[in-house]
Amino acid sequence: MASALFFLDLKGKTLLARNYRGDIPMSAVEKFPVLLLDAEEESSAVPPCFTHEGVNYLYIRHNNLYLLALTKTNSNATEILLFLHRLVEVLTEYFKELEEESIRDNFVVIYELLDEMMDFGYPQTTEVKILQEYITQESHKIQARPPIAVTNAVSWRSEGIRYRKNEVFLDVIESLNLLVNSNGTVLRSEILGAVKMKCYLSGMPELRLGLNDKVMFESTGRTSRGKSIEMEDVKFHQCVRLSRFENDRTISFIPPDGEFELMSYRLNTQVKPLIWVEADVQSHSGSRIEFMLKAKAQFKRRSTANNVEIIVPVPDDASSPRFRTNIGSVQYVPEKAAIVWKIKQFAGGKEFLMRADLALPSVKEAEPDRKKRPIQVKFEIPYFTTSGIQVRYLKIIEPKLQYPSLPWVRYITQSGDITIRLPEAS
Amino acid sequence: MAANRIRSMFPAAPRKGETFELRNGLNSQFAHERKDAIRNTIAAMTLGKDVSVLFPDIIKNMATGDLDQKKLVYLYLMNYAKTHPELCILAVNTFLQDAEDPNPLIRALAIRTMGCIRVDKIVDYLEEPLRKTLKDESPYVRKTAAICVAKFFAVNTAKCLENGFLESLQEMIGDSNPMVVANSVTALAEIQNMAPETKALVVTSATLKKLLMALNECTEWGRITILSTLADYRTTDVKESEHICERVVPQFQHVNPAVVIAAVKAVFLHMRNIGPELSKTYLKKMAPPLVTLVSSAPEVQYVALRNINLLLQKQPDILNKELRVFFCKYDDPPYVKIEKLDIMIRIGNERNIDQLLMELKEYALDVDMDFVRRAVRAIGQVAVKIESASERCINVLLDLLNTKVNYVVQEAVVVIKDIFRKYQGYEGIIPTLCGCIDELDEPNARGSLIWIVGEYAEKITNADEILGTFIEGFKEEATQVQLQLLTATVKLFLKKPDTNQTVIQNMLKTATSESDNPDIRDRAYIYWRLLSAGPDIARRIVLSDKPAITTTIHSLPPNLLDELITEISTLASVYHKPPETFVGGGRFGADTVQRRAIEEFQQIAKENPVAVGTGKPANDENLLDIDFSDSPAPSSSPAPAASSASADLFGVLESNPSPSPPPPANTGSSNMDDLFSILGSTTTSPPPQQPSALNTSGGGLVSGLEGLQLGGLSSTPAPQTPVQPKDRKQQNEDILGLF
Repeated sequence: MASALFFLDLKGKTLLARNYRGDIPMSAVEKFPVLLLDAEEESSAVPPCFTHEGVNYLYIRHNNLYLLALTKTNSNATEILLFLHRLVEVLTEYFKELEEESIRDNFVVIYELLDEMMDFGYPQTTEVKILQEYITQESHKIQARPPIAVTNAVSWRSEGIRYRKNEVFLDVIESLNLLVNSNGTVLRSEILGAVKMKCYLSGMPELRLGLNDKVMFESTGRTSRGKSIEMEDVKFHQCVRLSRFENDRTISFIPPDGEFELMSYRLNTQVKPLIWVEADVQSHSGSRIEFMLKAKAQFKRRSTANNVEIIVPVPDDASSPRFRTNIGSVQYVPEKAAIVWKIKQFAGGKEFLMRADLALPSVKEAEPDRKKRPIQVKFEIPYFTTSGIQVRYLKIIEPKLQYPSLPWVRYITQSGDITIRLPEAS
Repeated sequence: MAANRIRSMFPAAPRKGETFELRNGLNSQFAHERKDAIRNTIAAMTLGKDVSVLFPDIIKNMATGDLDQKKLVYLYLMNYAKTHPELCILAVNTFLQDAEDPNPLIRALAIRTMGCIRVDKIVDYLEEPLRKTLKDESPYVRKTAAICVAKFFAVNTAKCLENGFLESLQEMIGDSNPMVVANSVTALAEIQNMAPETKALVVTSATLKKLLMALNECTEWGRITILSTLADYRTTDVKESEHICERVVPQFQHVNPAVVIAAVKAVFLHMRNIGPELSKTYLKKMAPPLVTLVSSAPEVQYVALRNINLLLQKQPDILNKELRVFFCKYDDPPYVKIEKLDIMIRIGNERNIDQLLMELKEYALDVDMDFVRRAVRAIGQVAVKIESASERCINVLLDLLNTKVNYVVQEAVVVIKDIFRKYQGYEGIIPTLCGCIDELDEPNARGSLIWIVGEYAEKITNADEILGTFIEGFKEEATQVQLQLLTATVKLFLKKPDTNQTVIQNMLKTATSESDNPDIRDRAYIYWRLLSAGPDIARRIVLSDKPAITTTIHSLPPNLLDELITEISTLASVYHKPPETFVGGGRFGADTVQRRAIEEFQQIAKENPVAVGTGKPANDENLLDIDFSDSPAPSSSPAPAASSASADLFGVLESNPSPSPPPPANTGSSNMDDLFSILGSTTTSPPPQQPSALNTSGGGLVSGLEGLQLGGLSSTPAPQTPVQPKDRKQQNEDILGLF
């Protein structure tokens, strides 16, 4: 429960505020920048919530803004911080970009949204699609009514949606998170998958999605043809009936209209790095530093990784770079203190090399930058999932309209957070 | 007010022209001009300008068919009603009309706004429309009215009860619309919190059914409320708890992390009632969603990590296999890294130790000084925790000593001292440690090294030289280091009496005659007398075996932990402090804070029978929890609380005649007077020194205990467990005899 919300600039000046409960002096916000500064002096780790003189400050940072909530009771911290993030999402959807400028320009709508999204400090409707139905940036020509969906059990979909052609697009997107030590051992690997939908269906359709879910196969005693996967943890959009999933692993739901993320899942299985990067760093008597990189695509030959980027951190003060590679292009990006090796298409099983040579200034900084930034790898592999997840079926039933419909499925694997610790220069 | 502040930030002259123009606009004959003027007024208000003079002009524009305009006027009213209560009455009519408008949006708006205007006159008029809207046909209006009851209650409790609004809300738990149910529960929960005597939200088996029904249907935020209510519901009925768990578990799959944490909380609390087999399965089911929380937004992650920390203290095994999940990413915010680190050492076990150590070593080479120190400390904590890994930890620490990075070396010395306090057989590395002497400039690190030198004086050939150099600068050292130096020199003398006569004499002379710190002088006198009583007795006392320490990982006292488990996901669970310490400011604070401080102190005393020698960083926080990064303490409390804790401790030591468990806290305070009269010389020490002595929990107080042993021993032969209150008491009295 939040007593008041504030949008602040980075100096701590209030851009817009809403007092929900009137139980905290609004001047408490003036202390915020001071407290933040004091805390930063104390330690580099300033937590996102702290208490001062009976007032609790919970904040997030977005672009050049702080979103701050104040409360004086022992409130639910997760709820408040999450609400602030949700607020950012909603406002971003409304204004494309949430920043000082867009707050000034749209204060009327923001007040309206704040009024609708939270009452007496308790979050209410935060579903942006529904909000957009009755809170608009244009003046209300016709008297708006609260959409039934606001309070409905199905609070995410309006009634009376019509499409001439009923279609559903499913994107199964897996991102791979990987942490590799400098000696090449994989410290941590994780697949974060998401099933995203674009749903253009009329009426109130009932959907059922079938996956090659191992637990489901086992519980129903069915044997699967081919591989089944074991998902570590699954999260569903609020439209999915959780108790049904708990009972018999059926994913059934009435979808929101348009784009949304139906579910996300996590697998902890050991994955070998799809794009393997080996680095060797040599420093030549402190005046030159040389990087030798080998990148290898460790997936089947018929797949291809697109837009591969290998970002290698170099010392801040490096200069006059020289590169040699047998594929793609290499660029030195001084503002990021990194070299970026870009390869448009990287076929499975292939291996490429790159050599970079940079000069270092003869005068050393007093305190050498020991910050160990890792190598980062980015890529995208279409028509391929690391986990082997498969959509077995998507059943669409609209009991009243009974239209034919077309589901489309696409698979794609992306790099998530892939970091390879850089070995010490030898 | 914000207005004043911003005005002072822009010291430009008040633009009378602007207000004038706005007023003209508000009174214009053209609708669009009026609307623009309202917009501009709100814009000025947003900028923090005080536009309250326009109140009457704004109110004239309240009755309008334009919804946007109405919202703006309402917003204005909410902002300035407090400053113009007498004018609010003008708005009442429109409010009442709007509350009966055919459009549910307007009805809800009217009732929502009226509730926010905390002016008695308005509240008087709220009863009727509130009664009607609670029964409104539109669920949107009903859900708004439900919250409005809580607002009404806050302003006028008596009227709210009189009108039977609580009963209406209680009925609405059975509403057909899930959002109405959720808001009714929210409002009732708030009222229950504010005034428990109303028994607003008492869960019965009938309401339980309704809540569980609504759980699956209402919005994410509603689910959080319902889940929290379910968690707060205490039942002893096993079947009921089983049922609740069964119905709540599916919520682990919800996409909203706050729902997941609320569900974890409900299951965790109701699990206590159900059989061990079943609770085991639930604990297993809890792990994956907890792990997933670690990939949410950093701020949310932080709250989750703080809560996982609590859960791990209660159920250490739940995340046994998930160590890797808590590895720090290089771009994690510092506050997340620190929490992950703490969780990693809790999860660490014999199977994952190699991975853990490799990772910790990596962190110890990072750039963030604070984080690096914690990483080094973590290596020490792991060494003490996992015996089979101690050697590997030592090796890593030795590698780190070689980095010669000043703060890494200092922290490493401190934790190696802790390792020595637990294990035998690592004396071989002492020369390496002594090689770092020049790097050490922090009292904690210097004290640690001195302790090591004293403890192993017989194995260090040049121990006298090393201590000698420290003694030369005795007067410049911090109290903590001086105390260590004193003890270490005594140890040195007792171990090598032939060669160190002059050293000890110099030391004692300096400490007794040149120090103006009574703690130092007293300690020196005690040693002096002890030594003059005969080296054999002194040897038996000073060089007696000390019990090994068990852990250096900070844990909360069990009763506080249990309390915090019931507060999961709230600020209390984030701060790791009971709510009364930060809610309600000073009025609440004192007593409870003091009680906690005493409890914590007893806990420390229990965990660390004789905290030898130097300060033990892990426990510093227990006592004077003013470390901001850990959890912000209420500014008013720490100092008095801590000092009274110390006073109580003395009282406890003094007043406990039989070997009973630590006495209830309240007996302590009654002994304070005695204490002051008895230990006069100690308590008159300059105020800043007392906290500092406390702060080094091992160093000041407990090494004081080490000193206290002396007296006891002159009559009782060498007790091996000097913690027992019985012994303490005797020691105390004997010491008094000394004076």
